[in-house]
Amino acid sequence: MFLRGNAACPGCPIPKELDALLEVTGKKTVLVVPASCTSVILGDTQGGQPATIPVIHSAFAAAPAIASGVASSLRMRGEEDATVVVWAGDGGTGDIGFASLSGAAERNENILYVCYDNEAYMNTGIQRSGLTPYGAWTTTTPSGKREFKKPLPLIIAEHRVPYVATASIAYLNDYQSKVRKAKGKKGFRYIHLLSPCPPGWRFDAGLTVEIAKLAVETGIWPLYEIENGEFRLTSASKVLVDKSKRKPVEAYLRYQGRFSKMTPEEVKALQDYVDKMWEELREMAKK
Amino acid sequence: MLIQKGKALALVGNHAVAYAVKQAKPQVLAVFPITPQTTMLEKLSEYIDNGELKAELIKVESEHSAMAAIFGAALTGSRVFTATASQGLLYMTEMIYWVGGQRVPLVAAVATRAIASPWSIWDDHQDFVSKRDAIWVQMMGENVQDAYDITLMSFRISEDPRVMMPVMMGFDGFILTHTMERVEVLPDSVVDEFLPPREFKLVDFDNPLGIGAVATPDNYARYRKKAMEAMERAKMAIKEVMAKFEEITGRKQYGLTECYMCEDADYLVVGMGAWVGDMRVAVSRLRERGKKVGLLKVKVFRPFPREEVREALKSRKGVVVFDRAYSFGSGGVLSLEVKANAYGLTTPVHTIVAGLGGKDVRPRDIEGTLEDLIEGKLEEERWLA
Ligand SMILES: Cc1ncc(C[n+]2csc(CCOP(=O)(O)OP(=O)(O)O)c2C)c(N)n1
Ligand code: SF4
Repeated sequence: MFLRGNAACPGCPIPKELDALLEVTGKKTVLVVPASCTSVILGDTQGGQPATIPVIHSAFAAAPAIASGVASSLRMRGEEDATVVVWAGDGGTGDIGFASLSGAAERNENILYVCYDNEAYMNTGIQRSGLTPYGAWTTTTPSGKREFKKPLPLIIAEHRVPYVATASIAYLNDYQSKVRKAKGKKGFRYIHLLSPCPPGWRFDAGLTVEIAKLAVETGIWPLYEIENGEFRLTSASKVLVDKSKRKPVEAYLRYQGRFSKMTPEEVKALQDYVDKMWEELREMAKK
Repeated sequence: MLIQKGKALALVGNHAVAYAVKQAKPQVLAVFPITPQTTMLEKLSEYIDNGELKAELIKVESEHSAMAAIFGAALTGSRVFTATASQGLLYMTEMIYWVGGQRVPLVAAVATRAIASPWSIWDDHQDFVSKRDAIWVQMMGENVQDAYDITLMSFRISEDPRVMMPVMMGFDGFILTHTMERVEVLPDSVVDEFLPPREFKLVDFDNPLGIGAVATPDNYARYRKKAMEAMERAKMAIKEVMAKFEEITGRKQYGLTECYMCEDADYLVVGMGAWVGDMRVAVSRLRERGKKVGLLKVKVFRPFPREEVREALKSRKGVVVFDRAYSFGSGGVLSLEVKANAYGLTTPVHTIVAGLGGKDVRPRDIEGTLEDLIEGKLEEERWLA
């Protein structure tokens, strides 16, 4: 609907994720896109730009600051009904752009920030990021990553912004309703979207949605929102506080070549990590 | 338009620039503090706080974000401004190129300062000249009045349809930023006429554009060639804006360069920035002693005034360029420019590297150098260090 044809890999969820977002935010959306796969997807295709809304391409670390300027300028233009969206990968969000992201969140800029998390630097050919999960193969972690994933949505929530949510392309209604909620609010809003990447995660291009679903079902990717500080599990994640309702993480790892070298001990370490995270989520849900 | 005398105020350089910025009525500013620019930021904050300037000041967490924020705001239709120095300018560099590449009209002031390491808060031009390839118009002030004037002219040059490019206004840290001088400021109404509201907006919901997207090699090369052409057109536009400014202020603007006592001069000293004032003194003193010396001031560094410099160099017995910045392994940065444009002439060009990290240079040092030049005792490159 908003994308006219693009340069994404087969099975890449990004075009669909963007379309679903823009379906909600509408024609009066400005997209700010730092260096990433999306820069290529929304790049210079034959016959002009693929998007039907204004897109500002951005240096890697600059998107939240550019969006701050756009938001200020729109305010001066009296067009506060427009939505300024940063659309950035996990590297642009959690690593190089982290300072400008934190700055924009702290200033409570009127921006909707969406991190589509494919859990590595895909544009430059699958190198680890601060959001690559434990155990995952990348070209810079040939025998698997030794550190755990940076808990970005919670770090952003600590900035006391009006809205933070996680989402998955496998739960489209949940994702779009979160975008709708975010659009209805002023100030800094953050959505963290798990975005499976067939070549980067080494799975069959037909399995994208399946993998996104398993991430939720195994509890490795909890769906929640934090609205004005209030934490709430959403959609399929609501029942997963009960460990018996969660599939073992192994069910998620199995289909992805990037986890194929993990030892049983490493799988257990990841399972323990997920279980512990759910204990914390339970506490948060109680408050 | 008749010349309308404004008020004369006693202002330090940073406040003079802030005053000009206030009169230019930007809608969005983003600035991060760094010595010796900080008091300008404070003054601008005051103007916004007390309602004298109706603008948003985005209190960014870094210079990289300052340049990014005004980039976004400028694309969305606002007149914008930022200011920095030294490490801040370096930290901004990626966005400086981004803004130049997109040919976004905006203005940045640079209170020039040495670059670490070692740390130095004092003045030289190493920061300013390091941005020479970023597709920006770059101008340097000689005194506080000049800094005020150039700031106002910068907005108009930047927004000129023939130019459409960012403009960097440089003025020497501490020497001008913190020195109080008498400044004639224009009445607001005159500035309003000189700088009508800006007409430029790329973020447009009715005509959506992709800005800064991946370009094919053909397109990329074409954009760069267009930038080169715009840079050449900028010379004409700058001269016209200066002429207009001269008309409304009665203050002589000369042009991209200024020649002082050049006409019959056998020897020239070339400089850029605040120490041109000292060079004037040195030249005047030597003239009193009957030495035929002159001064060539470079006011616009990009686009470099190739024709003017070459013309000024013709049939001189010797030229000495004073450099406050050095390209290590090559030579003084301004000297290299001057030498390139002396190609084919017989005029020898000498270099004095001085004033680095704020090292004191006095009119008598300049005098002494010129005397050595006249007596044929000056090496090709000499460091006052
Ligand atoms: C300052 C800077 N450093 C490095 C790069 C190279 N680079 C471009 S995209 C990218 C990785 C992007 O990763 P991510 O943000 O996760 O997005 P993805 O490509 O996965 O969509 C890198 C390292 C750059 N463009 N700019
Ligand atoms: S590398 Fe991955 S994220 Fe990037 S376009 Fe291809 S599938 Fe999408």
